[in-house]
Amino acid sequence: MQDVEAELKTLMLLGLDGDSAAQERLLSRLAALLAPFFARRLARGDAEVEDLVQETLIALHTRRESFDRASRFTPWAYAIARYKLIDHYRRSRVRGWRPLEEAGALFAQDLTGDAMAARDLAVLLGQLPPKQRSAIEQTRINGLSTEEASRATGLSPSAVKVSVHRGLKALMTRVNAGGGHADG
Amino acid sequence: MRTDDLIARLAADTAPIQPHALERRLTLRLATGGLLALVLLLLLMGPRPDLGVAAMTVGFWLKTGFTLLVLASALVLTVRLARPGGRAGPGLWLALLAPFVLMAALAGVVLAGADPGARLALWLGQSWAVCPVWILLLSSPVLIAALLALRRFAPTRPALAGLAAGLAAGGLGATVYGLHCQESAVPFLATWYALGIIIVGGVGAALGARFLRW
Repeated sequence: MQDVEAELKTLMLLGLDGDSAAQERLLSRLAALLAPFFARRLARGDAEVEDLVQETLIALHTRRESFDRASRFTPWAYAIARYKLIDHYRRSRVRGWRPLEEAGALFAQDLTGDAMAARDLAVLLGQLPPKQRSAIEQTRINGLSTEEASRATGLSPSAVKVSVHRGLKALMTRVNAGGGHADG
Repeated sequence: MRTDDLIARLAADTAPIQPHALERRLTLRLATGGLLALVLLLLLMGPRPDLGVAAMTVGFWLKTGFTLLVLASALVLTVRLARPGGRAGPGLWLALLAPFVLMAALAGVVLAGADPGARLALWLGQSWAVCPVWILLLSSPVLIAALLALRRFAPTRPALAGLAAGLAAGGLGATVYGLHCQESAVPFLATWYALGIIIVGGVGAALGARFLRW
């Protein structure tokens, strides 16, 4: 991991000095790293992954002024990637409301199952202490990283991890004990 | 477009970027906005006639010091928030809050020591109703300039970045307004100058949430 950081940062600094060959190598390396990063976080197909990779590369390239030469490269690059990913989530949720021609596909899905699962989940989470509940919601449902969840909840990153772990354990115990109707 | 083609196209356009380009651009834009605010001041209201004499007084420098302190600490925050994943820890926000709290505390002392009959005058001065409005007006070129600069960077929390930029613009706009405004009672400054600056901050946050997305 340290090697990747050192290599990419060297390329970035060369690119900032106007070296377009280094910049091209940097962008290619990033494209290869970003594709699996997005693929892991998206439910659907490759076309979306490639779109996101390209959007991120464009942002990385055109917003190079925002890189501080004194700081590490990978956190900067992944902050941009994560911003694009969250933006994508937001847009696809909005898009989900619009197209009528896709309504048929919507009805084909069993939405009642989803709704009931969501309600069960809410009931179960409601039984947890607030700290554990919000840690789980942020990381496992909203898909934030530990870092981001720590920022959102005001807990330290390690407290987030511990809360998620304890909360999940408590949930498992309740589900196995047949608590509520969660085994349906 | 295939990703490889995109990469080749982007890389072909690799202009060198100066060290600290972000800080330079932001300060340059703020300075330009400040100059425009100064022009607006000269056109609309002119400097206070006794500026030369006032510049020797503690009251004038207390006012100017307050607004410049807000400008400086908000600028540091803006630089942080202009970068993706930029951390703006509580320390920086507290440093921005400090001048406001300090002025409020000082205002309390002044009011407590004043003759009860004179308190209202110390608080409202001659111009309380227009002061925040003028500050908003003079700050707007600064705010626009700062937001335009921020659009080139990569703020991952656009509303917060807009807030910081707005407070910086408010600090600078209020500093310029201080060249016209003859009020120097601390209770007045702690209320109406602070209110003007905070309004500009709010406008910055609202605009940031809309226009700083990328």
